[in-house]
Amino acid sequence: MTLLKTLLREITGLFVDDGVLALAVLGVVGLSAWALADMRLGEVAAASLLVAGCLLVLVASVLRAAYSKRASRE
Amino acid sequence: MEAFTIVLAVGTTRGWRPALQGSLAGLVVLALLVATLGPALDRVPLHWLQLAIGILLLLFGLRWLRKAILRAANIIPLHDETVAFAAETAELGRAGSRRGRRVDWIAATAAFKAVVLEGLEVVFIVIAVGAGRGLLLPASVGAVAACGLVLAIGLAVHRPLARVPENALKFVVGILLTAFGVFWTGEGLGIDWPGGDLVILTFIAIFLVAGLLSVPAAREIASEERHDPA
Repeated sequence: MTLLKTLLREITGLFVDDGVLALAVLGVVGLSAWALADMRLGEVAAASLLVAGCLLVLVASVLRAAYSKRASRE
Repeated sequence: MEAFTIVLAVGTTRGWRPALQGSLAGLVVLALLVATLGPALDRVPLHWLQLAIGILLLLFGLRWLRKAILRAANIIPLHDETVAFAAETAELGRAGSRRGRRVDWIAATAAFKAVVLEGLEVVFIVIAVGAGRGLLLPASVGAVAACGLVLAIGLAVHRPLARVPENALKFVVGILLTAFGVFWTGEGLGIDWPGGDLVILTFIAIFLVAGLLSVPAAREIASEERHDPA
């Protein structure tokens, strides 16, 4: 039972480490899907949103961790 | 590598028999996972599979890349195989002295858990790369070859692989997984990427530059003093 719990925790941990990062990634994918479904925005907007969104989410998450580290030192 | 460190700790403290028994049992479980999940996923409609695996690759790849950047920027400590080896050895020693006759079972379970838990990442990558495109066998062969390489080097040096640039490897793998994740998520959503598969190279370049620029930026932010106006 303990092994099963550890296994489940490990499987979740494969994909979710920083909960905000995971939620933001899902948000970006959702926004891209919405942009694709909306004919006025179209494919180029959806593709740009997906790439730029993932990039932004990564950089924001890294900077957030850096600011947290600085705050914890003070 | 992390699994190898634990198996090495088990082998040197409790003997190689339980270490090998546990490792083999773990490898069998991982092989069964690939053998059952891989073909089952082939029955899922391709664009749903691409979307699901793309999102999981994004979550997995961005998580690895973020961690590698934070480690390179000294915000979180680097994973030290020597420290992990010492901790596991001490833990096994304590477990042995407490439980006497069940030492072999404990040792085999420790090796089994290490191989299964650390191997799950490999299984996911093999399934993500191979499922739906009939590439499960070459992906599995690549994973087994990498496993064999780690094992061969480890057996040759007979100590934890502390000098392997683990963070640099995770940085590169994080970039690759993220690039493939963006590509497959887009394909799953119905985006027709310009240049087809070749656009993945552009994504690799974008995330590589972003990653490399993020390291000094994060390091500077974390190390600088905060200046309050008051």
